[in-house]
Amino acid sequence: MSATETARPTKGPDTSRVVLSVRDLKKWFPIRKGLFSRVVGHVKAVDGVSFDIHAGETLGLVGESGCGKTTVGRTILRLNDPVTAGIAEFHGQDVFELQGGDLRALRRRMQIIFQDPYSSLNPRMTVESIVGEALTVHGMVANKKERRERVQDLLEKCGLDPIRHITRYPHEFSGGQRQRIGIARAIALEPELIVCDEPVSALDVSIQAQVINLLQRLQEEMGIAYLFIAHGLAVVEHISHRVAVMYLGRIAEIADTETLYANPVHPYTQALLSAIPSPDPDAPLNPHPLEGEVPTPINPPAGCRFHPRCRFAEDRCKSNTTPIPIYEVGPGHRVACILGENVDGAKRVGELVHGDDETSAS
Amino acid sequence: MTSSATVVPTAEKGTSLGADAWRRLKRNRVALAGGIALVLIVTACFVLPVLLGMDPETTDPTRKNLPPSLQHFFGTDTLGRDYLARVLVGGQTSLLVGLAATAAVVIVGVLYGAVAGYYGGRVDEILMRFVDFLYGIPYMFLVILVMLMFSDTERGNPIPVFFALGLVQWLAMARIVRGQVLTLREREFVLAARVTGAGDMRIIVRHILPNVLGIVVIYATLTVPAVIILESFLSFLGLGVKLSWGQLVAEGVSVVNPIDSYWWLLFWPSVLLALTLFSLNFLGDGLRDALDPRTRR
Ligand SMILES: Nc1ncnc2c1ncn2[C@@H]1O[C@H](COP(=O)(O)OP(=O)(O)OP(=O)(O)O)[C@@H](O)[C@H]1O
Ligand code: SF4
Ligand SMILES: [Mg+2]
Repeated sequence: MSATETARPTKGPDTSRVVLSVRDLKKWFPIRKGLFSRVVGHVKAVDGVSFDIHAGETLGLVGESGCGKTTVGRTILRLNDPVTAGIAEFHGQDVFELQGGDLRALRRRMQIIFQDPYSSLNPRMTVESIVGEALTVHGMVANKKERRERVQDLLEKCGLDPIRHITRYPHEFSGGQRQRIGIARAIALEPELIVCDEPVSALDVSIQAQVINLLQRLQEEMGIAYLFIAHGLAVVEHISHRVAVMYLGRIAEIADTETLYANPVHPYTQALLSAIPSPDPDAPLNPHPLEGEVPTPINPPAGCRFHPRCRFAEDRCKSNTTPIPIYEVGPGHRVACILGENVDGAKRVGELVHGDDETSAS
Repeated sequence: MTSSATVVPTAEKGTSLGADAWRRLKRNRVALAGGIALVLIVTACFVLPVLLGMDPETTDPTRKNLPPSLQHFFGTDTLGRDYLARVLVGGQTSLLVGLAATAAVVIVGVLYGAVAGYYGGRVDEILMRFVDFLYGIPYMFLVILVMLMFSDTERGNPIPVFFALGLVQWLAMARIVRGQVLTLREREFVLAARVTGAGDMRIIVRHILPNVLGIVVIYATLTVPAVIILESFLSFLGLGVKLSWGQLVAEGVSVVNPIDSYWWLLFWPSVLLALTLFSLNFLGDGLRDALDPRTRR
């Protein structure tokens, strides 16, 4: 395990074991108006998303602000009930069907780390109560003494001072330390999957690397799988085994990290990649910067949702009459774009269904 | 993190929010002074009259309108009654009405607001529509309506007054708490608790209520004086309790005239009323700060 402190996990993911399998996930938020709270439309935050996460693997989920990344993570964790459509199987069991005790059992195995280290910790609770709450809720400690010992272990694991920090309140810590407290809370139940929702975006650049390293070390030690959300491709390259690029509620392209960064097929992926500042000062300026804003998910563009910003857009991209094909252009490399057909050996494996969104109450 | 090197104050001991709050409150001189003043006022009103066998009712036509003296510290009123006794016994009513109504307001308002805010949606809509509806009725009208439901004799004791005043005051409390809970519910630490498997009860009690406590305390300390003053107003209308600070102030005002200044009749109940209100305010501020671990004390 030497010399890999900052590299990808040595053990690597176990691709024979799927931890989470998401199929055609949709989450629409109703927009209500008027006296009787009539539903006048929907925010189609997530609109048909599929992916798998393997044991011990990090799947990066990338896309511009508002494309639905947070909603994907929270919906899977049952924080956005009810789901609109789709399934999310955790070890073969659909999480959306779980109730009561079964749901609580699932809670032990899936956790979350938030972006904002300030609002993610209860200002009125000590570190001990914050980190130890899960242990109490699940009856995993017999008494206070045992709980304290467990919490101290967790703090130590996350690079905090187990003696001095345990009785402090969140406001006494820096952003990076707070994020470590959030991580300690998330790993307290030894989960198999953690949704990391932009866990370093709010931190100083110098601290970001430390927190990422911590997450990687924990993954190696505990075999945790991560759904790692970020809005630029730069952050996830380092930590992810595979990356999914999301645009307006859908997955545009998904592949293992090397492939995606070396051979991006979707124009959106290409645009995001060229937005990463190059370390080489002589590198040419980005010739095709991403222009315009992300359209609203209330009334997404017809056809390929990226077409208003795509420089390769053709007529067949712009209407709902011809569905946008999904191609498998390499092992585990899928892309939802007509350009997939130009890649050698591309197989058409499906298509984006336009279907019901236009028939909805909007 | 902060200044001195020996910052590790509460380390190994293990602290609860309550113990911490108490520790911080004790260091806040102003709040402490407010608390002590309140205790003194309450003790004086409830203990002294009994201890010294004071009589607020016996009239003595030969001792009318005497200014404060060693015999009558607060003077006597227009019927020759000992004014100290009247002010202290009147204080019993005012304090009782103020504190009891506020306690009811806190309990009902917080529960109601918390349920509406936490469950949201339909529940919230129905509960808050009802509050809006009551709000729409001029509150004095409501109070008077309730007061008139009781008979004359019943009206003489504090229960109906307390009931009527609590009835209007809880509305604002419910609204405030509901608004707070509505935003807290979506805060990430609450989501984290839900992902952990914590139930609704635990989330409300451990995560939400402690974070609305500060504003509840402040609002409660504003409610006590509001109720006391409302009660005075009822006294003014002849609907209040027989003997209270409000009543005494009202009487005091009525005898102020340019020729004979019976200033003490207005002075004493006003001073005690003001003292109570200030003490409550200081104590409330201190409590709010003490309940917030972010306050450095
Ligand atoms: N509870 C909600 N109710 C209504 N609309 C919502 C809700 N949560 C999210 N949305 C909307 O859904 C869309 C996707 O939001 P989401 O937070 O998932 O995006 P994101 O990719 O995480 O963006 P960011 O990078 O800004 O975090 C946005 O348009 C957002 O306004
Ligand atoms: S499908 Fe068409 S519009 Fe969409 S990304 Fe591909 S080329 Fe561009
Ligand atoms: Mg987000």
